[in-house]
Amino acid sequence: MPTVIVDGKEIEIGADERLNCIEAARRAGAEIPHYCWHPGLSVVASCRMCLVETGTRDAATGKISMMPKLVPACQTPAKDGTVIVTESQLVKESRARVEEALLIDHPIDCPICDKAGECLLQDYHFQHGQAERRADLHPFTSRRRDVGPTVTLFVDRCIMCTRCVRFTREVSGTSELMVTSRGAKEEIDIFPGHPLDNKLSGNVVDLCPVGALGDKDFLYQQRVWFMKREANVCGGCSAGCSIHTEHNQDTVYRLKPRENPHVNKWWICDDGRYGWHHIHDASRIVGAGRRASSSTPLESVEWADVITRLRADLKAASRLAVAVSPMLTVEEAWMLCAVARSIDPQALLAVGHVPQAGEDETFPGGFTIRAEKCPNRLGVEGVIALFDPAVRSWNDLVSHVRAGHADAAWITGAYPAAWIDDDTAAAFADLKCLVVQDLFDSPLTALATWKLPAAGFAERAGTWVNVAHRAQAFEQAVRPPAGVWPEGRLYWNMLGRRGLYDPTAVRRQIADSSASFAALAGEIPSTGVDLRIHQLASTTS
Amino acid sequence: MKPTDAAVTWIEEKPLGLAERLYLPLFVQGLTTTARHLVSPKVTVSYPEQRPKVGNPLIYRGVHRLNRDTEGRVKCVACFLCATACPAHCIDIVATDSPWPDREKYPESFAIDELRCIFCGMCEEACPVDAIELTSLLDLTGKSREEMIFDKEKLLSVYDMTKDSEPMKSASLGGTL
Ligand code: SF4
Ligand code: SF4
Ligand code: SF4
Ligand code: SF4
Ligand code: FES
Repeated sequence: MPTVIVDGKEIEIGADERLNCIEAARRAGAEIPHYCWHPGLSVVASCRMCLVETGTRDAATGKISMMPKLVPACQTPAKDGTVIVTESQLVKESRARVEEALLIDHPIDCPICDKAGECLLQDYHFQHGQAERRADLHPFTSRRRDVGPTVTLFVDRCIMCTRCVRFTREVSGTSELMVTSRGAKEEIDIFPGHPLDNKLSGNVVDLCPVGALGDKDFLYQQRVWFMKREANVCGGCSAGCSIHTEHNQDTVYRLKPRENPHVNKWWICDDGRYGWHHIHDASRIVGAGRRASSSTPLESVEWADVITRLRADLKAASRLAVAVSPMLTVEEAWMLCAVARSIDPQALLAVGHVPQAGEDETFPGGFTIRAEKCPNRLGVEGVIALFDPAVRSWNDLVSHVRAGHADAAWITGAYPAAWIDDDTAAAFADLKCLVVQDLFDSPLTALATWKLPAAGFAERAGTWVNVAHRAQAFEQAVRPPAGVWPEGRLYWNMLGRRGLYDPTAVRRQIADSSASFAALAGEIPSTGVDLRIHQLASTTS
Repeated sequence: MKPTDAAVTWIEEKPLGLAERLYLPLFVQGLTTTARHLVSPKVTVSYPEQRPKVGNPLIYRGVHRLNRDTEGRVKCVACFLCATACPAHCIDIVATDSPWPDREKYPESFAIDELRCIFCGMCEEACPVDAIELTSLLDLTGKSREEMIFDKEKLLSVYDMTKDSEPMKSASLGGTL
């Protein structure tokens, strides 16, 4: 095993791992400051913040010979016998000089800069900068340049790390951004008439180590230190990107990608990034309502009564058909199936409507936006298969109802956008009891006997299984609006279980009772688990 | 900690001396204090007919004001540092792009719940542009809780009211204007 010596500490790295000195030092617990290097982009070694002392240890004699000059850690591969010194006087002085140079013509408008609090220039200045300033202090307001529909550039805050430029060239493949001029006059810009407008453009804001690139959607909405973040999964498509939901007092302010080498690496698409606004839409369904007959208006029902009256209504109608929405978590889907089967042991269980939009779209950097606009079709299919090996689709359910084989239907939705047309909804018009659980009113809710609210993606807890069979568990980030019980809570109570809804307990129960979900038994790592690997293991053993 | 703990040192109360047992010297001591106050100048005032005198208005911590810049616009840049520093969480700011070309961000709304405020002055300390200051206005009254939530207009009007008697501290202290 190759051995790297970081500040006198020996660490071993994998024989075929290709690490640079920043990564190797990080393994040894030493953080080398860096601006321009990003693991997802090519190496340019232009910012010089990562300069360290390096050398080699002779394998035979053990003698260490150091390089006379500092080298960029981001561009120096860590090999067997590489010696890295991250905290020598020379290195420290070099960092202070780099910080000083960056701040010479920096506006230092941290008080009004959205990045303040998570800005690397700030952080590194506190850690590695020098206290006194030798250049004159001329506070000024940064020039602002519109570079695209979602992103704005504060020209003078830029430290010219070119991460954003490399991103548009290497990952999104759209090359909108470029560097203009030379030397101290260098600036980031776009070609006139070619704005930064691609489906991944929001990522440049995350990449920017300083406050030069701002997200228009988030600009000035909240200071970053007020927000709490919850590890979540994006519900925008079946890719299931790992995200952080950043929120304060039950209001979501922004979504950020969460690094996950198995799913989204460091990126998310703009549809997902900005696709949370619907959960704060004032037109959401809140409160449970029941209609005595199709001609009477909805009357609101207390949640405590919903549990019993809903069951009684469905029982009275007898033959039940249930659409389990692919927006539900595995736990919720499983409990819904269990509730349905406890009401009607023959209940038809089908996967709810699976929204599709266009084709899968893969970018040069390997990032793929899926056409299937729901996060958990595979999970729901897997759950239904535990109850009924023939997994029906939404269309099967509609024809089943059209053919008059059902007296009652329970349709779960939780779709962020309109999903059903009048024609399809008409199939459910003559049922004795129609339960609709959704975020927004639709032709279907107009017919509903029971109109129940659904939870938005950040308001539910559980597990989603993405298109590659990777199951990711997540917690609830924000509380739903008053009057909304997330699906899990309702089903938990309808199953007569005590206490608060506990997705982990349900998950363990599912894992214990089925081979296909066996991988969910233990603690689920933040990057998720692949359900297939464990299935293979259990079938071969 | 138990009374038997090694770190606890027990001391005995001193026995009373003759003077203490006689009681008279202490009696005279007390009466002297009373007599001194009888003849010394009064410090109580008949508020509200009579106004108390504020020693140094520049360091008094009374009602807040939001200062104006040289062009009469609200000086605050909506950085939220006062709201961050405030231990009573009584400052609420909504920020947005400023309508002026020379400024980037400004508070669309700025409200302080004066009832919740503990007048610690931390907001004033935190402000990077000396936009929020505590004045020497000390009578803070209102007929309802809502009235005591001072919005941007009201805070600016406190500035207009007090700017002559209490100039912006920053000017004399070398701060931003
Ligand atoms: S980029 Fe960083 S250092 Fe520059 S103004 Fe913004 S927060 Fe301050
Ligand atoms: S805008 Fe940000 S990411 Fe782009 S070069 Fe400047 S500092 Fe780097
Ligand atoms: S004086 Fe103290 S409590 Fe009152 S607003 Fe300022 S920081 Fe908050
Ligand atoms: S600290 Fe000053 S500039 Fe910042 S929000 Fe408060 S009053 Fe405005
Ligand atoms: S991170 Fe190495 S030079 Fe920029």
